[in-house]
Amino acid sequence: MTGSSGARGAKLTQTTAVLVMCAVLIVIFSIFLKGFLTLGNVFALARNISILGILALGMAVVVIGRGLDLSQVASFAASTAIAIILMNSGYATPIALLIGFVMAFAIGILNGFLISVIEMPPLLTTLASSLAVLGIVRTTAVQHYVVYLSKGHDEFLRLGGNIWGGVPISILIFAATAVVVHLFLSRTVIGRFVYAHGDNPDAARQTGLPTRPLTMIEYALCAAIGYVGGVVMVAQTALMHLQVAESTIIFDVIMVVVLGGVSLVGGRGNVMSVIAGTLLIGVLLNGMTIMDMDVQTQNIVKGVVLLIAILLDSRLHPRDEETSKQGD
Amino acid sequence: MKSLQRAWHRHSPQLFLGELLEKRWMEPIIPFTLTIAVFLAFAIMIPRYLTAGSLQELMRNFAEQGMVAVAMAFSVLSGGIDLSVGAVFAMSNFLALYLYLILGLPLPVTIVLVVLFGAAMGAINGGLIAYGKTRPFLTTLVVLIIVRAAYNKVTVAFTNELASIDSGSSTWDFMGSGRVLGIPFNMLVLILLAVGTHFFLTRIKPGVHIMAVGSSRKAARHAGVNVKRVLFSAYVMSGAIAALAGILYAARQSSSGTDTGVGWEINALAAVVLGGISLAGGRGTIARAVMGAAIIFMLTSGMVRLGISGNLTTAIIGIILLLAVGFNVKWVKNKGKVLQKVYVTPSWVDFEPPPSVERGSGTPFAENDRLKNAEAIALNMIEGPEDIILDRKDNLYTVNRNGSIIRFLAPDYTVREEFARIGGRPLGLAFDRDQNLLVCIAGMGVYGVKPDRSVFKVTDRTTRTRTRLKDDSRLYLADDLDVAPDGKIYFSEASTRYELTDWALDGFEGRGNGRLICHDPKTGTTRTVLKNLTFPNGICISHDGQSVLWASTWLCQINRFWIAGPKAGTSEILIDNLPGYCDNINRASDGKYWLAFVGLRTPVYDIAMRNPVFRTRMVKQIPPDEWLCPGINYGCVVKFDDNGAVTESLWDPGGLSHPTITSVREHKGYLYIGGLENNRIGRIRLQDADPTWEAHKSYWGGA
Repeated sequence: MTGSSGARGAKLTQTTAVLVMCAVLIVIFSIFLKGFLTLGNVFALARNISILGILALGMAVVVIGRGLDLSQVASFAASTAIAIILMNSGYATPIALLIGFVMAFAIGILNGFLISVIEMPPLLTTLASSLAVLGIVRTTAVQHYVVYLSKGHDEFLRLGGNIWGGVPISILIFAATAVVVHLFLSRTVIGRFVYAHGDNPDAARQTGLPTRPLTMIEYALCAAIGYVGGVVMVAQTALMHLQVAESTIIFDVIMVVVLGGVSLVGGRGNVMSVIAGTLLIGVLLNGMTIMDMDVQTQNIVKGVVLLIAILLDSRLHPRDEETSKQGD
Repeated sequence: MKSLQRAWHRHSPQLFLGELLEKRWMEPIIPFTLTIAVFLAFAIMIPRYLTAGSLQELMRNFAEQGMVAVAMAFSVLSGGIDLSVGAVFAMSNFLALYLYLILGLPLPVTIVLVVLFGAAMGAINGGLIAYGKTRPFLTTLVVLIIVRAAYNKVTVAFTNELASIDSGSSTWDFMGSGRVLGIPFNMLVLILLAVGTHFFLTRIKPGVHIMAVGSSRKAARHAGVNVKRVLFSAYVMSGAIAALAGILYAARQSSSGTDTGVGWEINALAAVVLGGISLAGGRGTIARAVMGAAIIFMLTSGMVRLGISGNLTTAIIGIILLLAVGFNVKWVKNKGKVLQKVYVTPSWVDFEPPPSVERGSGTPFAENDRLKNAEAIALNMIEGPEDIILDRKDNLYTVNRNGSIIRFLAPDYTVREEFARIGGRPLGLAFDRDQNLLVCIAGMGVYGVKPDRSVFKVTDRTTRTRTRLKDDSRLYLADDLDVAPDGKIYFSEASTRYELTDWALDGFEGRGNGRLICHDPKTGTTRTVLKNLTFPNGICISHDGQSVLWASTWLCQINRFWIAGPKAGTSEILIDNLPGYCDNINRASDGKYWLAFVGLRTPVYDIAMRNPVFRTRMVKQIPPDEWLCPGINYGCVVKFDDNGAVTESLWDPGGLSHPTITSVREHKGYLYIGGLENNRIGRIRLQDADPTWEAHKSYWGGA
């Protein structure tokens, strides 16, 4: 019992530590950066982190189940692009969105199938499947990188707007998603299974958990929640730029998840960790943008932070390298 | 129809397939064929693909990608992955241009510095992975992003300088566009690099350590390998090789674009996996990485020439990667199972009904109780005395399961001592003229122990069968031996397809997998005398010294092979259709021979031997515990003469104390009994035997 309570303590401290760091960063930025602590910037920050947060919630489900999904961005980019094309060609918005959702879900199931049934390493599988998905979508449906949403979808675009004098709706969607994911992970049987699966996959399988379907569900949920983030992105900008899949967003997402305390060894962390991580990375990104750093420098900074996060994670939650699966 | 079926089972293609799958060169043969196929396909589809100029151009464009694949192979063979190779390659390309053409450093200094840069990037990867215990995939992915971002920054910063650079010296130009014997310079470097790294990974200690760590980190650690340092060095080398590729690319292109090296890590990874290098590490060669890279390169460049869009190419690479990884994972996991399923290839064996062994049936084989009251020697002091032999001082020698020769001292055989420790599983024993104890050892060959207890090797290899895929030059399962009057050692190798533990599988095959081999100590040569024998087991030189008697266990035959006299070199069946499975043969004092039956035939098993399909299904479909096995829970010994007539039999009904008898040895009026699985040696007094007879005198004369 002491062991488990110790782990609980460590979890709390990591999340709290991240929140404290976040607070320190906010204080520093507020003092040194002009225009950081304005209402406008706070709303902009909220807008920006909401997408990152939603994506990270999806990723957290997979990471808690001891996986990793590098194809999350590619699958939401491809499926929202398809949804936009359908909307443009006259399909009703809900139906178009539903078709995109089904597509994202299917990609997730496929990833989970390859990983659990064919037993391929998750990182390689998702890396390769993101290439395949993007390539196929770009050859068959989307000729150019950018897909614009044609005029006449104001109802839909309102999702990307503000209410109550400037509060972005996207942050509310993030909050709603967080509540749903939290309830799923902590209150449902499948959610608890995800923890068991990540904590010790072999033990989970031997106690009779359906680990293969479970893996498929995890990846499907990751892709599906990612799709929600994609839809919010489209609602904010009225377009989908497929190059987003080649950008470093996926690493921002992993950084959020790992920093917040959802360890890559699986079975650790919760929605609160994701929110803490999202806040920290959001503030960091926002600060760097205000400092007018170019994208490359931002990438270097983020890369170094992520390296440190991974290093810390492997120190805090060591894994047995001699028995761990190769290729991750 | 029946004979056709018989021929089919005798020369089953499955035999070939099973042995083919076992070959180590089988694994690279898939990427190799694929390389040739892709090449031919493009040669047909693209006009003028095969001209010298076109080929040179292909090689020139391929070389750097090949090198990046080699860099990737290093990390994958060590059990990790290095995704930063593409970015390190690009950055090295820029650095080479910058240091040499913009800063004007001397070329050798530039090369050294750039390679050092690559090594430093590798050191970051390796340091984090080996000493920081981070995950290789994520770590190198992040290093990829950082280096790539830095590269994008510097190329933008130096756009103008890079645009106006001059192509430098003639050496630089030669590196970029020179040819040696028609081979582009960079291709030549790739070839040298591939040969060098292959040599390094297979022959040099640090390289072999990389393979060892990749195969099994734990085993490597237990063997005393410094796992962390080895991992570190693998990434350093990976980085350095990627940097070398960058220098050559710089010399060739003299430019540094935004897309230089983008996605090369994915191509390299696909190449390595497609080449059949296992992602689990430790399995694969550099040649395979280069072959894989050639396939990927030909596909991508060929698709460009065919006018296929880049997006489709990306998709195709992604799908190829998925398929290759999936196949790789499944193959590594199931290869053993596949091999096991196709390896056992039963043949068709027809048996006549055997003579009756029924008690009171009147045949020489009729059951009796003569072994029932055998005196137990060395009870529980020995495990599996497959063969026993006595020396001139009446000491008893036998083999033990743990690989040693045990001696029990005369006269009462209660003092046990380890005479010699050899290893393997010792089986048949024989004394030569000088009283050296010769022993057949399963898994090792034929060894000898001098009277002063020193062990020497007699032979462990024979002539290889040229027409066979499987290398059968090493001795797999040397079983029993005897020494001819001229000093030549004749020994049987029971099977060239199965280890001793799988003797039952060889029985299910009932195929001529064994051979009779002769070693001549005078010349030191070993040659195969007869091959395709069905489990040749016991070997005995006949009393007249003119022939070798050998027992075929699964065919229940005693055969005679003439080694001297008018019929020298010919072979004949001496006794056929015995009721039991024959094991060792030894001389008896009355000019006859003792033969041990390791088991008795049963009608059911005889029917099974006539039905290869049934036995195939049995091996494939049901667990080993449920297999139909030869009946070995009997104890029976028979005596036969030089004309092939069986004269008497001795039984331990039900095999209560002596089941599975593998050897009987007569010595001074006693018969000693040993068995493969027994915990004792039995002894009975022979009423009508010569009480002074001993084998050494029978073989070598003298007092």
